[in-house]
Amino acid sequence: MKRLILAALLTLPLLVGCTKKENEILIGEYDSLTGSDATFGLSTNKGVRLAFEEINAAGGVKGKKLGLITLDDQGKNEEAASAVTRLITQNKVVAILGGVASGRSKAAAPIAQSNSVPFVSPASTNPDVTKAGDYVFRVCFIDPFQGFVMAKFSSENLKHKKVAILRDVKNDYSVGLADVFSAEFKKRGGEIVADSSYQAGDIDFKAQLTQIRSKNPDGIYVPGYYTEVGLIAQQARQLGIKAPLMGGDGWDSDKLSEIGKEAINGNYYSNHYTVESSDPAVTEFIKKFKAKYNETPDALAALGYDAARILAAAIERSPDLSGKAIRDELAKTKDFGGVTGKITLNENRDAVKSAVIIQVDGKNRKYISTISP
Amino acid sequence: MQDFIQHIINGISLGSIYALIALGYTMVYGILKMINFAHSDVYMVGAFAAYYVARFLGIENNPGFSTLITLLLFSMLSCAILGLAIERFAYRPLRKAPKLNILITAIGVSLFLEYGGQVVFGADPKVFPEVMKDFVLFNIADVELKSFDVTVLLVSLIAMLGLQFLIFKTKLGRAMRAVSANSSVASLLGVNPDRIITFTFIVGSALAGIGSVLVGMKYPKIDPLMGMMIGLKAFVAAVLGGIGNVGGAVLGALIMGLSEEMVVAYLSSTYRDALAFGILIVILIFKPAGLLGKYSVEKV
Amino acid sequence: MKFLKAPLLTLLILSVVGLVFDFALDAYFQLILLYALVNCLLSMSLNLVNGYTGQFSLGHAGFMAIGAYFAAYANTKWDILPPALNALEFFIYCTGAGLFAAVAGLLVGLPSLRLKGDYLAIVTLGFGEIIRVTLLNMDFLGGPRGYSNIPGFSSFLFSFIFACVWLTICFFTIWRVMHSTYGRGFLSVREDEIAAEAMGINTTRMKVRAFVLSSFFAGVAGALFAHFTKFISPSSFTFLQSVNVVIMVVLGGMGSMTGSIVAAFIITILPEALRPLQDLTGVDLRMVIYSLSLILVMILRPKGLFGDQEITAVWRKYARRNS
Repeated sequence: MKRLILAALLTLPLLVGCTKKENEILIGEYDSLTGSDATFGLSTNKGVRLAFEEINAAGGVKGKKLGLITLDDQGKNEEAASAVTRLITQNKVVAILGGVASGRSKAAAPIAQSNSVPFVSPASTNPDVTKAGDYVFRVCFIDPFQGFVMAKFSSENLKHKKVAILRDVKNDYSVGLADVFSAEFKKRGGEIVADSSYQAGDIDFKAQLTQIRSKNPDGIYVPGYYTEVGLIAQQARQLGIKAPLMGGDGWDSDKLSEIGKEAINGNYYSNHYTVESSDPAVTEFIKKFKAKYNETPDALAALGYDAARILAAAIERSPDLSGKAIRDELAKTKDFGGVTGKITLNENRDAVKSAVIIQVDGKNRKYISTISP
Repeated sequence: MQDFIQHIINGISLGSIYALIALGYTMVYGILKMINFAHSDVYMVGAFAAYYVARFLGIENNPGFSTLITLLLFSMLSCAILGLAIERFAYRPLRKAPKLNILITAIGVSLFLEYGGQVVFGADPKVFPEVMKDFVLFNIADVELKSFDVTVLLVSLIAMLGLQFLIFKTKLGRAMRAVSANSSVASLLGVNPDRIITFTFIVGSALAGIGSVLVGMKYPKIDPLMGMMIGLKAFVAAVLGGIGNVGGAVLGALIMGLSEEMVVAYLSSTYRDALAFGILIVILIFKPAGLLGKYSVEKV
Repeated sequence: MKFLKAPLLTLLILSVVGLVFDFALDAYFQLILLYALVNCLLSMSLNLVNGYTGQFSLGHAGFMAIGAYFAAYANTKWDILPPALNALEFFIYCTGAGLFAAVAGLLVGLPSLRLKGDYLAIVTLGFGEIIRVTLLNMDFLGGPRGYSNIPGFSSFLFSFIFACVWLTICFFTIWRVMHSTYGRGFLSVREDEIAAEAMGINTTRMKVRAFVLSSFFAGVAGALFAHFTKFISPSSFTFLQSVNVVIMVVLGGMGSMTGSIVAAFIITILPEALRPLQDLTGVDLRMVIYSLSLILVMILRPKGLFGDQEITAVWRKYARRNS
């Protein structure tokens, strides 16, 4: 009996075969659906799925439906590599939508490149990602731009002289933004009075904050994700720190104000779009997203949505479904009216678009200003 | 100076959180000599139980003493049931198996709860209900003491004293010590080891339940992987104090909290975790059984 | 040269197998296969410490990380041989990575191996974490951004044979060591430390030796890993990775070399084989199933697949029972 159970356990997975539908254009997506980054991966995935649903409801691409295969990478680089290899060799997808973390994209993109399969990353912000080759694109800002935007806003609009930085040392996105901010802010004559760090998953930040408090900064740059920033804001106010916090698009989520409560109000972050925008692309997206998932989209969902739509548009324009044809069309993407702004892909295959500065005000997101590249 | 005092307060409050969870580790280890890796995930389930109960009863925005008690009870109850089930179905069949097997099973249970939690509860963080209003006890020259900090410290001290009393002053405690010393001899003398071990798990898991509500009200963000890091730290704290020793767990946890705080304050925040482990290693090398642990000489 | 006969023969057979795989499998299976080989190296080396010597180390990922980063750095920054001898250069760097990890193993092992059981586990875990946190803060190694563009082999066949060379070296080194006086020393430490000491064996020295040898191969495994993925970052070398290797050792059977190999293959392939399940369930249940089967295997087969025997002995016993 024991033997039987064991045998069944080990063979069960092999019995489950693959299903493949005809008359579909298959697109592969890999993302962290489990593991410590799962909440970001799932957000992106929601955006991508919404885009696919819309496109298919409108008749698909080239008269065919778009099929989506999503594989999980568990937040591991090597899993991302094997997932992408699987998508290319087993599922024969025509293009790949990449995951959130730059690390995973760096492991996966070269594989897409060497197989000549177009790769569009929704949210990998590290500049090196698209250096993998001419098949690798992205629709988000790169680290230098967001760091620059906030440094400019901080020194010009908020007139900060002394700023402290609190970065998530485990997260390349956070470290990238913090480094650029630091360099840019110093160039503008400011002073970085403290540069502390935490690790994603921490819940207590009072040690760092008490240390920052003793330096008495005008503002604190916290380019992390909303999962920690909410708690950081709360603890900063508890310690009596009045200086505003500033961050990047990792802040953009309803959960930010739910976790941070009133402590998060009045703080600034850079983002791709504003909910207050009257642009129909944005309002439509938010309405549809709310209807489907019963929650407000965060920045990652919006990026996933845009990535999927830019890819679909390129496939529609391309003469055939070969990797090269789609790649060429992707490279021609210009002034695409996405949710996250007018997107143009430049010669480095990075998105060029302007950023907006948002101020948190309870559930609302107050638009402050737009900063162009 | 005021910063220094603030750091001490922060460190102790962080340490008392570690202490609450470390107590559960040390309980199980004291009786069974096993690292219950799943303990930190039982703690996570406790937090989610409280979250869902609060939503179900509609008291998530109703801070007050009655809310606290209700949530504590439900969370302790669900943790106790979960601990019972884990012991019964995963650990009991392995009572006689080599240590490493039990450890792997514990890791298996831990992974199961973490990833099962991601499927059932969803991977995105949830906001823990507001259980009590936090208020400032005193504020002298920018040094602030909050009611939550004191509550957590008091609860962990009370739990420690309660456990000490349970283990050293009651009949049940004597049976527990007997099972810990030699379970086959204990069973000859009329103690049912299985029942004692089950009881240990119930108490340990209920402690995790208390911890989850207290941590939830202090840091109102819960997610299925919340137990991972804090569990590791708490466990290290228990080893530091001498695992199996109730007082040692609290002492170790306070040292851990304070040293982490001081590392960030006066050395470097980037190496916080590394230095926490470094302190552990140094202490273990000079005192191999932990600070308060008894080093037992192996008999031939 | 008689002692080289068996290893060379093994290598020859493995090369032929590699040639077959090169034609028969597509890139996806080949990649999984390469991961499996790296895991084999890891589990065999940890088996030396956890299985044969009976010490409980939870920091294997740390040594793997050291090896991986050394090889990555050496390969991108230094160029000691002409391009034609690339394979030899890789081999030298892999050896270097192993030696580097072995030195780290010595530094970790000397103080900590006096501890026993769970305390040793925690200290090794602590060292693993320290190594990871240190890597996170090393800017010249990329920090959390990782280290990319690591040169690797262009073809699967070369990678496969290169990994097999190391696998053969590892297997026969450990095998021969275990059949020497040192091996008996390791085993005696596992069986009864006090008795071993009474027989005049310096147990701490034995443990340190096993630990250093084990770290060496962990470092080599890390170097191979770096060449195969061409990108590494500290997030690949977490505590969970160490746990994964321990699981392989226990699943294969403590003190069974072939068991470690088989288990490494199972643990690598299982999560991939479960992927199609996602189509049916809609949510990713892979890790849930993985953890459940782990618990079940531990309960139903507590000694692992092969116990402390090798696959040949297990097979013989099985054949006898069925005849």
